Amino acid sequence: MAETNTYDAIVVGSGISGGWAAKELTEKGLKVLLLERGRDIEHVKDYVNANKESWEFPHRGQATRQMREDYPVLKRDYPLNEETFGMWANEKESPYTEIKRFDWYRGYHVGGRSLLWGRQSYRFNKWDFEANAKEGIGVDWPIRYEDVAPWYSYVERFAGIQGSKEGLEVLPDGDFLPAMDMNCVEKEVAARIKKHYNGQRHMFIGRSANITQPKPEQNRVNCQYRNRCWRGCPFGAYFSTQSATLPAARATGNLTLRPHSIVTRVLYDKDKKRATGVEIIDAETNKTIEYKSKIVFLCASSFNSTWVLMNSATDIWPEGLGSSSGELGHNVMDHHFRLGAGGRVDGFEDKYTFGRRPTGIYIPRFRNIYDDKRDYLRGFGYQGGASRDRGGHKVAEMTIGADFKEALCEAGDWNIGITAFGEILPYHENKIMLDKNKKDKWGLPVLAMDVEIKENELKMRKDMMNDAAEMLEAAGVKDVKTYDASYAVGQGIHEMGTARMGRDPKSSVLNGNNQVWDAPNVFVTDGACMTSGSCVNPSLTYMALTARAADFAVKELKKGNL
Amino acid sequence: MNRRELLKMVALATGGVVIGGEFLLTGCKNAASDAGFSLSPEQIALLDEVAETILPTTKTPGAKAAKVGEFMQVMVKDCYELKDQQIFTEGIVKLEEACKKANGKTFMECSAEERTKFLQQLDAERKEYQSKKKQEEPNHYFQMMKQLTLTGYFTSEIGATQALRHVAVPGKYDGCMPYQKEDKAWA
Repeated sequence: MAETNTYDAIVVGSGISGGWAAKELTEKGLKVLLLERGRDIEHVKDYVNANKESWEFPHRGQATRQMREDYPVLKRDYPLNEETFGMWANEKESPYTEIKRFDWYRGYHVGGRSLLWGRQSYRFNKWDFEANAKEGIGVDWPIRYEDVAPWYSYVERFAGIQGSKEGLEVLPDGDFLPAMDMNCVEKEVAARIKKHYNGQRHMFIGRSANITQPKPEQNRVNCQYRNRCWRGCPFGAYFSTQSATLPAARATGNLTLRPHSIVTRVLYDKDKKRATGVEIIDAETNKTIEYKSKIVFLCASSFNSTWVLMNSATDIWPEGLGSSSGELGHNVMDHHFRLGAGGRVDGFEDKYTFGRRPTGIYIPRFRNIYDDKRDYLRGFGYQGGASRDRGGHKVAEMTIGADFKEALCEAGDWNIGITAFGEILPYHENKIMLDKNKKDKWGLPVLAMDVEIKENELKMRKDMMNDAAEMLEAAGVKDVKTYDASYAVGQGIHEMGTARMGRDPKSSVLNGNNQVWDAPNVFVTDGACMTSGSCVNPSLTYMALTARAADFAVKELKKGNL
Repeated sequence: MNRRELLKMVALATGGVVIGGEFLLTGCKNAASDAGFSLSPEQIALLDEVAETILPTTKTPGAKAAKVGEFMQVMVKDCYELKDQQIFTEGIVKLEEACKKANGKTFMECSAEERTKFLQQLDAERKEYQSKKKQEEPNHYFQMMKQLTLTGYFTSEIGATQALRHVAVPGKYDGCMPYQKEDKAWA
């Protein structure tokens, strides 16, 4: 049978955003082609390491020398290990250029990084959407919290976010499943922080996309507290494309998923000022194929969505579709982190935990809100947790033999640690561009990264570290030590910006409905669209913006506007 | 205990980051070829006894039962940088020489008490060396052996399920369960 090449909609990328786009558009009756550049990973069946115990890994989880040689970027941080090996983009096939160091951790397979994400799920607050305008940074978001709030609720209900309602303006509550529990030490530290700061600082369970009640309608079982999410969950207990959006899209009968499909450009009709589809290279056969559609959703991850735009309609705009503003590829953001503090908590030696909880605690932003005013803009939040180590501080004094072994087999000290995650401002000069001198395995130009953090972030980092120690000390934590493991841009794995939303086609790539100003039937709804970054983990916002844009797109399509 | 916590525990117990487990920032200049590295059955048997002396059989099986010697070979061959492989291999020879000097016989010929006493001295030497060495200077070979013993034992089936407690599918979370001294820790 000949392959059908015409669809109502094409979705590029099958990660968190692409999965949502496919689900929403198919459920609204559109015939959708979902294109994924990498291989297929089938839910449960292909989670090859999901049920392995530590001793079933030849290197007990550690990366081998060969892996380190093959993955020179990935090895810079924790993602390179034996447990998730094979779930990250092949760096030899898909290189990129670092004008400045940029750690880019990519998931090139069906599900993308939805299989590998940290699952922390927070709403932006009203100030996040207003700050750029108030402070004269970048451009104003074309939308406000109220525009996104119903869509946050919508995606939270489907994805399944566990969390506690706290009634805070700085971190709006969502439509949560019952919260996972803090352990007794976390509860005590939270109470002490609350008391010391007169209820102005808060610590509660980290909100995450792990379900705490079964979702039989999605064939998902509640979290079993194995904390092996990154290997793929056989219970479907955390939100991923595979566990949630893909089966929903398939159930409509309207979805065609095509793996091994590298989208090279959006096809553009300059007379109608509309996209007509996309061109792909089949990653296995190297064949070029064109697919036609009424609308295109670019959800290929921030930088790759922008890469597709840069390669599109270049006969009209040499820098690519959406480049007429001069902002395409600019305003790269991430979250800067890897510093904070930790210490020992005494007095809970008769308490322990059962089960491996797949989330920690969260301390929302308290800087530069209400009356607080710092010598930098924006703020940061903390993620962390308390746990008991083995043997504790006494082990360091022991050496060899039975006593040493026994000490290591017993529970030791309770420790608590918190790590700060801070906002990075959108700087025009932080940019990605095409490096036409370097080609990937398929002969396509690669991206070059030129991004750095600046004075605002560096000033913020002082508070990020010192506030952590101050809070823990105020809460009675002993031997508090600060740490700064230094941050390289990209390590947050929260790439944002490069095709920002805005109110004016002269200074933004997308409008308030995620439409490319120069091609209104092309939507970009992944991290590329972000006008500013907040300090909270961004994936939930991509989900909400994608669902919102899909709703708008179908309505416009029905009105004949696209 | 997840992998990061394990690395932290091993680092704490040996006062240094886990060799071969650190997140490397510099390029790997070595070729991946490991043609030069292999251990003889005798060397693996020796490493089993070294590991058993560090983590002996008590109420629960020790490191030898958990085949830690074989584990060391796999890790040094596949995960260590070539320069660290060399330190490890030379370390086996040095350990034997030091043992002969201290006890007048090979490590295998020593009694359990002699082995423990000897390794306690060697561990003191390791600790002294590690605390004084500059970051770029090589690790002490016994730092490697001790780290590999801890990692290998506590991630083995025996270590995780007999010396420690392990529940594959906990099914629930209790953030405040009772604990009495000498209760086993979770793997």
